[in-house]
Amino acid sequence: MKFTWFNLMPWPYLPDDFREKHRSVWVDIDSRLFDPAKSHEVYNSYMDMLEYAGTLGFDGIGVNEHHQNGYGIMPSPNIIAAGLARRTSDVGLVVLGNSIALYNPPVRVAEEFAMLDCISGGRLVAGFPVGTSMDTNYCYGQIPALTREKYQEAHDLIRRAWSDPDPFAWNGRYNKLRHVNIWPRPIQDPPPIHIPGGGSVETYDFCIDNTYSYSYLSFSGYIRAKALMQGYWDRVAERNAPDESPYRAGFAQTICVADTDEEAERLYSEHVSYFYNRCLHVYGGFADAPGYRTIKTIQTGALSQYAPPIDGYSSLTWKDLTEQGHVIAGSPETVRQRMEELIKGLNVGNIFCLMHVGNMPMDKCMHSTRLFAEKVMPHLRGMFPDYKDDNRFWCKPLAKQVKPGSLPAEKEVAAMVGGKD
Amino acid sequence: METKTIDTHHVPVRYFEGGKGEPLVFLHGAGGVTAEDPLLAKLAEKYHVYAPLLPGYGDSEECGELREMLDITLHTWDVVAALGLKNPILAGHSMGGMIAAEMAAIAPNDVSRLGLICPAGLWLDEHPIPDIFAMLPYELPAVLFHDVEAGTALMTAGVALDDPEWLKGFLVQNARQMGMAGKILFPVPDRGLSQRLYRIKAKTLLIWGDSDKLIPPAYAHAWKKAIKGAELVSIPEAGHLMTLEKPDHIVKALAKLG
Repeated sequence: MKFTWFNLMPWPYLPDDFREKHRSVWVDIDSRLFDPAKSHEVYNSYMDMLEYAGTLGFDGIGVNEHHQNGYGIMPSPNIIAAGLARRTSDVGLVVLGNSIALYNPPVRVAEEFAMLDCISGGRLVAGFPVGTSMDTNYCYGQIPALTREKYQEAHDLIRRAWSDPDPFAWNGRYNKLRHVNIWPRPIQDPPPIHIPGGGSVETYDFCIDNTYSYSYLSFSGYIRAKALMQGYWDRVAERNAPDESPYRAGFAQTICVADTDEEAERLYSEHVSYFYNRCLHVYGGFADAPGYRTIKTIQTGALSQYAPPIDGYSSLTWKDLTEQGHVIAGSPETVRQRMEELIKGLNVGNIFCLMHVGNMPMDKCMHSTRLFAEKVMPHLRGMFPDYKDDNRFWCKPLAKQVKPGSLPAEKEVAAMVGGKD
Repeated sequence: METKTIDTHHVPVRYFEGGKGEPLVFLHGAGGVTAEDPLLAKLAEKYHVYAPLLPGYGDSEECGELREMLDITLHTWDVVAALGLKNPILAGHSMGGMIAAEMAAIAPNDVSRLGLICPAGLWLDEHPIPDIFAMLPYELPAVLFHDVEAGTALMTAGVALDDPEWLKGFLVQNARQMGMAGKILFPVPDRGLSQRLYRIKAKTLLIWGDSDKLIPPAYAHAWKKAIKGAELVSIPEAGHLMTLEKPDHIVKALAKLG
């Protein structure tokens, strides 16, 4: 099993009446709610938390890209990952990912991912999301019906830029480049690629064809995800993929661990409620720009899995959220049992652990994270023994990594360059 | 109106045909048009009407090859040629007006009469057009109609806007039609037309509803300024979907084209 401690970086100061007074947390969120001076501490404590998780035995620490969004203040995950690359070692840097249809030309992504892979010594796990309609269409203005075609071209261009040793010309529909010859090149050939998806049949096929891991990043938990993930595995079978390795799939799950079940509710319910009521308050008109999703996907009914519960999240209590699996919370034993249910039920080898929730303060987050790392994770490690050597979907760091801060002392420098001090 | 299909270079095109008189090609707006459309019926009393559907509209085939304004403009010229028409009256509503204007700008010698009914295609920073792509069905009538209550009934044929079956159909139809429309209207419907309007030689009539809340009447004046000799007819108590609200007034105004 591969566990990634994943952070969305929510803004923790949305007001109590956010839901009533504001239309949407995403796209047209009131920017007066953002306080740059406060964000200094917010960003740095989130980065500290990611680094802390990196010391506890998680396989990866993960970041992602969102725009104009109060629950994800990370428009450039690469900036965060660059900071993390310097202050972590061994742990995978999971950038899930860069929305490649948004960059003109997308060789910028090929270059930045290559830089991250080089700086981190081959620890990059790359993600290529098509991107939500909110980010891709409404915030970044991509034409909905052309988004997927543009994404496909960006993908093909990046893969070729990483691998072709010679300069080449790219006569694409969306990119016209006479000289593609990126410098630097990634250490890994290529970095493992995970594709976050929301149930599009085209994305299932894309992952199967390219040996990429399909990741379902939902907030509605593993029980509601069952049908969608089954759709993926059915497709794997239908398409005669060479194997059904669980590492072909990943799933994001909100997890809160405490000493007892009661303690979990006492410690975390406030923050879970903040997340479901304020952070997920998205105006319905932004959910899906017409043309963004193909008719084929709409007709497969995948959208019913994607849509929030009928009355929205606001009516859900702690009991509802935990029983229905939106959140896995409780004692280490409770969490272990439910994680097993998730892992077996969805047949997933990559878990993106959403352990910072809403406005959770760092002390609680550290507590929950440490309990998970020490008392839950070790018990889940050995699942899928048949596939324990399947490393196709994970990063392969250099055996020998340099440590930051390796400059010689000033005195030695003087001695070396001048021979006198 | 009869429903027919004609072959073009890219894709078979569905169109409605009816009436007797001078040929008039009507290009529909982003919401599409049906054989029962009241404006088509009124037009057919005076003209020989051809109303082609843009690919993806109604039951017509989608066309991946049409990606941008020039593709759609030339495709629509292909349709006119396939119908065997020379210099028909070109009329268009909203997105259809945008396409008609592009056709007239790109081939100024082939269009002598142009009827633009609250066309899209320009952008004025001081009058931003509401984001119709980000609206929920129940929010549309207030933007599209002068008489919101009557407009809602016209839009849904009496079904409640939150009826699940209606919504499902709407979602699929909207994805196809607005997906196609988005290629030239999303997110800002400016594809450089303002720089090309000077080329239009056709006698041009602009028809605008006084209470158009989607493309407000300020745009009428921008269009009038951009096309030499264009005449503007304002229609009182008409919203953006005046094709449903005031079909008689539109047909009456079009008579000015001669």
